[in-house]
Amino acid sequence: MRSWLENYLVPLLTVAAFVLIWQVAARRYPPEQFPAPSDVVLAIKELSDNGVLWTNIGISLARFAAAYLMAVVAGIPLGLFLGRFTRCHRAIDPLIQVLRPISPIAWFPLAVLWFGIGNAPAVFIIFLASFYPVLLTTISSVRGVPPVYLKVSTNFGAGAFLTFVRVIVPAAFPGIMVGLHIAVGTGWIHLVAGEMLGAQSGLGFMIVDARNFLRTDQVMAGMLLVGLLGLAIYKAMKTFEKAIGRRWGVAA
Amino acid sequence: MSETPVSKIQLRNVEKRFRSARGDQQIALSRLDLDIKAGEFVCLVGPSGCGKTTLINLMAGFEKPTSGSVLIDGEPVTAPNPDHIMIFQDYGLYPWRTVLGNVLFGLQARGVPAAQAREKALAALEMVGLSQSIDKHPHELSGGMKQRASIARALAVEPSVLFMDEPFAALDAFTRLHLQDELLRIWTETKPTVVFVTHDLDEAIALGQRVVLMAPQPGRIQKILEVKLPHPRERTEQEFATFRKRLFTEFHLVHQQAAAVEYQI
Ligand SMILES: Nc1ncnc2c1ncn2[C@@H]1O[C@H](COP(=O)(O)OP(=O)(O)O)[C@@H](O)[C@H]1O
Ligand SMILES: [Mg+2]
Repeated sequence: MRSWLENYLVPLLTVAAFVLIWQVAARRYPPEQFPAPSDVVLAIKELSDNGVLWTNIGISLARFAAAYLMAVVAGIPLGLFLGRFTRCHRAIDPLIQVLRPISPIAWFPLAVLWFGIGNAPAVFIIFLASFYPVLLTTISSVRGVPPVYLKVSTNFGAGAFLTFVRVIVPAAFPGIMVGLHIAVGTGWIHLVAGEMLGAQSGLGFMIVDARNFLRTDQVMAGMLLVGLLGLAIYKAMKTFEKAIGRRWGVAA
Repeated sequence: MSETPVSKIQLRNVEKRFRSARGDQQIALSRLDLDIKAGEFVCLVGPSGCGKTTLINLMAGFEKPTSGSVLIDGEPVTAPNPDHIMIFQDYGLYPWRTVLGNVLFGLQARGVPAAQAREKALAALEMVGLSQSIDKHPHELSGGMKQRASIARALAVEPSVLFMDEPFAALDAFTRLHLQDELLRIWTETKPTVVFVTHDLDEAIALGQRVVLMAPQPGRIQKILEVKLPHPRERTEQEFATFRKRLFTEFHLVHQQAAAVEYQI
């Protein structure tokens, strides 16, 4: 009873209060400057009815999935390798430390130069935004494997391969999951940026396009959808994580 | 090998130094000799920092001596060996594996065929009384059960030596006493050589055929006490109390010496 109240009712009331205040406040301004929630809902309906919305959502999700998968496929193996081989890590770490603080957005001019306009620059930016969290958490998870796990493995005579596959990877796994989680967040945030800068489709482009026509209601509709989709991806990730956690034998 | 070596484990003139972060050397163990017979149950006791862990790590092959020799079965110890299994205070169980999976690990590492491995693992779990919990994960177990699981994992590979570094130190008094009795029963049944580190003098007298009392700064052997009482031992008996008194008197000496050294500095 109490958990239902705390988990659903109270958050729902908070959202309702927010929407109400927004609605009241918006009345004091012209809708082109500050649209009300009702205007935004109508804008979503309009975009949905003429099909623009669904096409753009589909494109954005596809770009995000492609870039995120590439980041995972590149980041995890590289992270496992660098986490295991301290010397290689030490050699390459300065390079990582210099490249990492450069915002993916700053790569945009080069990305357009190299890949042209279209999917590629946006995908490249999402890739960069997701890659570092995956790489760095994987490295630190491998390095953080408790020494006693390795001692046990050596003591029982497990070889390097068995130790890597059966001890280090599973021991690092929960930490890697955290990285995958962070990467979803940073990747999704940069999706909009990437699409605003150079793409001709997707949610980010939809927002820029609406601004050019002074459709503030559609700008907000785009923002709201980006938020909601981000939340949905986050939730899906959490569910996946819990299922994995149960299989891994760590208390969820 | 036709001739059997006199000692299962033989330490000669063993010294271990560590270089501290500041660069100065610290003598963790100094010119130490010790012989342990096959099938013997030996306890190492001493105050914290006297080198018990260093000593057992040297014997188990996790550390190398700075000088001197460590032999098991007449062969120099150069690396950890699946025939000499270490049991840690914090169990070292793999949380992503079930109890059975953990016990299977050592057998898998040795390439034992699956069916045979399962049989051995179940037998080991039976011996430590964990047959009811084979499908649980470590986080579902109490501390005592976790240590049972890690003992089962060791027993499954039938090692000739068990090294135990304060294995029961984190357990409550009741569980500790119970596991001491269980360990003695298992030792009587399977007769491995056991080297058991503890800082609990009562635990040492309850378990060891010999109790090696160590002293710090530098780490060394102060006294070796033979506890000539048959197992299982009645902790409340008169003779037990006599040994206890002797060990506590010696221990008191060690403490006084250690304190004297500290005051001189
Ligand atoms: N890896 C290490 N590096 C530096 N000093 C160490 C290391 N391991 C142990 N020592 C030192 O050696 C001494 C003995 O430690 P240890 O064997 O852990 O004692 P005990 O197990 O009896 O408490 C201590 O003074 C400790 O600080
Ligand atoms: Mg110790």
